[in-house]
Amino acid sequence: MTLRGTLRTAERLLRQLRHDRRTIALVLLVPSLLLTVVYYMYEQHPAVFDRIALIMLGVFPFIIMLLLTSVAMLRERTSGTLERLLTTPVRKLDLLFGYGLAFGLAATLQAVVTTTYAYLVLGMDTAGPAWSVVLIAVCNAVLGMALGLLCSAFARTEFQAVQFMPLVASPQILLCGLFVPPEAMASWLEGLSTLFPLTWSVDALMQVGSSAEITAEVWRDIGIVLGVVALALALGAATLRRRTA
Amino acid sequence: MSVDIRDLVVDRGHREVLHGISAHLPAGEITGILGPSGSGKTTLLRAVVGVQLVRSGSVMVLGVPAGAPELRHRVGYVAQSPSVYPDLTVTENVRFFAALQGHGPEAADRAMAAAGLDGVRRQLTADLSGGQLSRTSLACAMVGDPQVLVLDEPTVGQDPVLREELWSWFRSLAEQGRTLLVSSHVMDEANRCDRLLLVRDGSVLAHDTPSAVKASAGTEDLDEAFLRLIRRTSGEVA
Repeated sequence: MTLRGTLRTAERLLRQLRHDRRTIALVLLVPSLLLTVVYYMYEQHPAVFDRIALIMLGVFPFIIMLLLTSVAMLRERTSGTLERLLTTPVRKLDLLFGYGLAFGLAATLQAVVTTTYAYLVLGMDTAGPAWSVVLIAVCNAVLGMALGLLCSAFARTEFQAVQFMPLVASPQILLCGLFVPPEAMASWLEGLSTLFPLTWSVDALMQVGSSAEITAEVWRDIGIVLGVVALALALGAATLRRRTA
Repeated sequence: MSVDIRDLVVDRGHREVLHGISAHLPAGEITGILGPSGSGKTTLLRAVVGVQLVRSGSVMVLGVPAGAPELRHRVGYVAQSPSVYPDLTVTENVRFFAALQGHGPEAADRAMAAAGLDGVRRQLTADLSGGQLSRTSLACAMVGDPQVLVLDEPTVGQDPVLREELWSWFRSLAEQGRTLLVSSHVMDEANRCDRLLLVRDGSVLAHDTPSAVKASAGTEDLDEAFLRLIRRTSGEVA
């Protein structure tokens, strides 16, 4: 890995984003809009809103980064820019970390905007500190990015890439504890849910919701999510081939 | 020898597309790869850049195997489709590729000027014409000042004046000792090359200077020479 390659790649991705005002607006504002809808859905049940809003703060960045990254990387693969990049001194890890840095920054911005909105405007209440919510949201964004990079290797078109969204994201969202806590599910579903990284980050968010201290469990959960990120990035790097048929 | 290709065999999709090609490209020369669409020009160029999986044979560039890490500063490649970022401006694209090679904005400025892009530097690449787009791609490859330049149909879609300018640029690069490998399917460009590699169906029909190719075919017209060489080869087979 080289610092130059990573920073230049991240800078380039942010420049691309800057030219795409509509995407910026969607990334920054849509989560807040959806939270507002949830707020009015549970207007009579503020405790339920607190729980669901907190989980959604973790789920949004995951979905958005999964989509953004898989399409952006697929474009690199199909337009020939990836092939060109791999003929330059840039390293594969520079590319992956560059993506992580750029989209991680975008995700942090999104998490800060949405979390601030949830606490200050919608009156969301958690026992733990707001910064830990942002931290977990950013981990989830990085998770979405890493899985998106990997998914892009298995899609030939952007049309296929977006189909990975239901395949990769939906089972995780269904089983992560947003609808029913995993321990209340059939035991085989609970077992399945423990294989999904999103389940662990939702567990971390639940801890933050109920406990003023950052518990050891939160750090364990974050560790598990980052472990999956590392695994997905390693697999993703293996799909970046300098030589192709 | 700057580029040395020996007995190169390449398969694409269960089909052999290059059948044992050998060629030696000296530094300081422009070698033109000519042949009809589907003859294997692009596959051959990709093998020189080192992005093509090959079945057998070898491609040595500047004394090391094609695609070796130490060549990534020294070989510039322009693919047929303009591989640039449509959602960046021309300047942003060229500066990005300059930065990856460790060069600053001045190198990007020089490459853009040489590629005739000064008038469109602030435009989004997506809004360019086809000719401007491929010159942007060219500038992104030239910006690292590579020793070996591999250009896949760089003059397609360029107007005659620009094509003239591009060729004189290629000529000046060759005179500075660089090796240029340029593919084309336009025969009138063949006369501008120092050496020709006529390819058809994955085999080399001729590998010589334009005048020697014409002399061996017995005609002053390169198009006609190509046709005669094809007939002669298929005659040998039959």
